[in-house]
Amino acid sequence: MTPMLGIMASSISGSKISTSSYESIATATGTGSSGTITFSSIPATYSHLQIRCIARTDTGFATDYIQFRFNSDTGSNYTYHGLEGDGASTAAFGAASQTVALDTNITGSAATANAMGAAVIDIIDYASTSKYKTVRTIGGQDQNSGSNTGQIRLMSNLWLSTSAINRIDLTSYRSANWTTSTTFALYGIKGA
Amino acid sequence: MASTYEKIASTTLNSATASITFSSIPNTYTDLVLVLVPKYVSTTATKLTINSDTTTNYSATWFYGDGSTAGSFRLSNVSPVIINYFNNTSAQSSMNILNFQNYSNTTTYKTYISQNNNAGAGTDAGVFLWRNTNAITSIKLEPGTGNYDTGTIATIYGILKA
Repeated sequence: MTPMLGIMASSISGSKISTSSYESIATATGTGSSGTITFSSIPATYSHLQIRCIARTDTGFATDYIQFRFNSDTGSNYTYHGLEGDGASTAAFGAASQTVALDTNITGSAATANAMGAAVIDIIDYASTSKYKTVRTIGGQDQNSGSNTGQIRLMSNLWLSTSAINRIDLTSYRSANWTTSTTFALYGIKGA
Repeated sequence: MASTYEKIASTTLNSATASITFSSIPNTYTDLVLVLVPKYVSTTATKLTINSDTTTNYSATWFYGDGSTAGSFRLSNVSPVIINYFNNTSAQSSMNILNFQNYSNTTTYKTYISQNNNAGAGTDAGVFLWRNTNAITSIKLEPGTGNYDTGTIATIYGILKA
């Protein structure tokens, strides 16, 4: 397929290649009336998973946070550490024995109109039945102005279970609904 | 299931060049990933312009660590904004990875995220907002001062969804 792209620089190499090692599994969009987005029946045929999103909720706050659970586990089996910058200072934080995984910052309805949070969430070796599951995230939101103007965050979550992950429920820290502009896309990454 | 991670275009400079522009980006993908390995003629950082918009529609929030200090920094209402907190000298190498989610939607402002690694100065990550609902069709990279030097590499990938 001929690339429809121009590069204004020297040494152009614009051939398009395809790789079969990164595949789309499913994509979900917010409804405006539900606070949960679920990926279920996730096949165990990949080495890793990646979730890519833009997200916003209808909370009355300017900011919200992504939360997730694996395999509908509501036990105290989640632990996290995070590092965040808010434009003025940095913070490091963490907690153990949580009933849900806390992840990155996104926007709420009091945020600048049309501003979204964004994140890339990597779930490493998700199908293993011999180790706990580690998740890493880079994400954040920027609103240009106002309170809670922006945060950039690196997160590490651990699910203390050796079960293969076959279901992911994504929810709002503030128990709000995902807006219709929210999109979560789940990808599978194959090993060698 | 469809193959979903594709290289759209790449360039490797064989002479000093003022800028690199990926233009006519198709709207057939969901996300874009841009990988920049810059080499600069003089000490500077990379500035990124979307759709030739040079107005003050950009803002950014970073955090960074330089080996002894961690900090955070913000720019609001600025014209095309640098993507990395730390400047590179001409002798330093670095890497920038940028993620543009849902770049072709026409209902939201565009939020994008960068990770920048410059072993000679520090490491940082940033979240950026371009206050425009237009689909992103071009991305221009240019040093804040001077030129990119020979050996600079820029590659853009497209990611599809189900």
